Amino acid sequence: MGNAILQVESLVKRYGDVEAVRGVSFSVEEGEVFGLLGPNGAGKTSTVEVLEGLRTRDSGRVSVCGLDPQRDSQALKHEIGAALQSTALPDKLRVMEALRLFASFYRRRRNLEELLERFGLKEKRHAFYSQLSGGQKQRLALAMALVNDPKLLFFDEPTAGLDPQVRREIYDIIEELKRDKKTILMTTHYIEEAERLCDRVAIIDHGNLIALGTPRELKTRSGGTTRIEVRLSKTEPNGTLRNLEGVVDARELDGMYVLHSARPPQTIVSLVKHLEAEGNELVSLEIATPSLEDVFIEMTGRRLRD
Amino acid sequence: MSNFASLTHMRIRLALRNKMFFFFSIVMPFIFFFGYLGFFGKSVPAGAAYFLGPVLALNVMGSFWGLSATIVMFREQGILRRLHVSPVRASDLLASSVVANFALTLPTVTLELLLARLIFHVHTLDNLFGILVLVAIGTMSFASLGLVIASVTNTMQETQVLNQLIWLPLIFLSGATFPLGYLPRVVQRVGLFLPATYLVNAFQQVIVNSASVLSRYTEIASLVFWAILTFFLSMQLFRWEPETKIPRRAKLLVLATAIPFVLLGIWENRTDRILRESQTAFAAFESALDSLRPAVRMTIQPGNAVNPASKSPP
Repeated sequence: MGNAILQVESLVKRYGDVEAVRGVSFSVEEGEVFGLLGPNGAGKTSTVEVLEGLRTRDSGRVSVCGLDPQRDSQALKHEIGAALQSTALPDKLRVMEALRLFASFYRRRRNLEELLERFGLKEKRHAFYSQLSGGQKQRLALAMALVNDPKLLFFDEPTAGLDPQVRREIYDIIEELKRDKKTILMTTHYIEEAERLCDRVAIIDHGNLIALGTPRELKTRSGGTTRIEVRLSKTEPNGTLRNLEGVVDARELDGMYVLHSARPPQTIVSLVKHLEAEGNELVSLEIATPSLEDVFIEMTGRRLRD
Repeated sequence: MSNFASLTHMRIRLALRNKMFFFFSIVMPFIFFFGYLGFFGKSVPAGAAYFLGPVLALNVMGSFWGLSATIVMFREQGILRRLHVSPVRASDLLASSVVANFALTLPTVTLELLLARLIFHVHTLDNLFGILVLVAIGTMSFASLGLVIASVTNTMQETQVLNQLIWLPLIFLSGATFPLGYLPRVVQRVGLFLPATYLVNAFQQVIVNSASVLSRYTEIASLVFWAILTFFLSMQLFRWEPETKIPRRAKLLVLATAIPFVLLGIWENRTDRILRESQTAFAAFESALDSLRPAVRMTIQPGNAVNPASKSPP
């Protein structure tokens, strides 16, 4: 692999008695989009805020752009760009004024007209921040993260709270940044987002890193199996479904039986035969190709949905 | 330096777009101006000159109110968070707040001085430099107080309660609304512990008696010292994040801002210098009114006097 622009080793962050990040280690290579995937409250934002130099860490080693975010936070801030979660601008600040204001803070600056154009904010340049839609606000936040042409971008939940159409708009922007070989560390609790945008994903739960790899690697690690979810009219005794043909794993989840099968067609045939023999009936059946959701379920026994 | 300049620019621009600012910092001061100089000062030069000091002091002191509210709002909305991830330092932000406040006060004050001269014929404004020095020192010190208030309160409600608690004694016990010489002796003694009293008195001496800046060294030195102390304290207590709550005992640090004027108050209560000065000024103002309009008598006895409280401040 290339050069690591960011390295985290055994990072721990506590708030009082609560351990939000419990010894997380990973590294981000230059030019990749790296995702931290996990449910709300998993410790993603805390991790990112330590890396941005906004919070102090309790232990562990961290290097971002060759700097220690805690010691060299001022120098680091010139090198990074960030779109934060739960942030805003003053209502009566105009789009172009916001970009100019933030650009003035940096030694290195990008052409702001170009940024406006690229983020589709050209017609909104004189609009007040309060007049922007949710999607426009988020596009402005991303544009502001780029004013200093940063070496490393942090996007914390870039699409949280946006409706699906706007979310896809943001995906397009991030994909364009990816084509430009920008290095991005992003957090998300949307599976789709992580699978679509990230070159590598670290799955985080309860402050622990539970899996790390490319989305494809992670999915094959989950056995490369297909998930079959069935609802039955009568309960099945524990373990009987595990003996069906091709089934690698079977478990009960939210009143459903979730089967992981290496050979889905054979599994379904033998499932139907088995149910007929038992006098049981199929209420519903759903087949899903492996996703990061499966990895999460496998590791934690819970779904990732919020 | 450039961060400081662009933040100051932004703050001025935002204030001018804010209706609340327009009302409290431009409309209100002129209501006070015409009410005090025209009504209580009886529109005569000596009366107007006497009340110009308190009006300028009110204008200057009001800066802490809007400033604390703005900073707390910026923190609650996550605007400070966004600035924190950029190379902006706390000192850039705090210093720009103070300077923007001064820049925003200056036009109102200038216009007030001009109108005092043109409409009310106040002819004792020759020490314009002295007046502007006091405006600068006054805005900077009270703006710094606003920054401390923003830092020691966690929510907007807390901020407004604390603002109220500080504002009321500042304006009622200092001579900014009721002339100090008119207040009961006990209240005058309490007033000597407030920075506002020294600001009002310095303004009055410079305007009414054309006193030189250097002769007001007690007031100026104490206010400058207080400004530096509160600004330094506000840097220590500053928080970018709404989640970081201020520990209860850190709130006590706000009491540290009172120390300079507690000490000065003890001293001034012994020497009575300020009280004598303000009483002389008040007596001069009364006799000026008496000699101009013998028919209208205004006496020092409370109850008979025109009560300026009927124009109540914000």
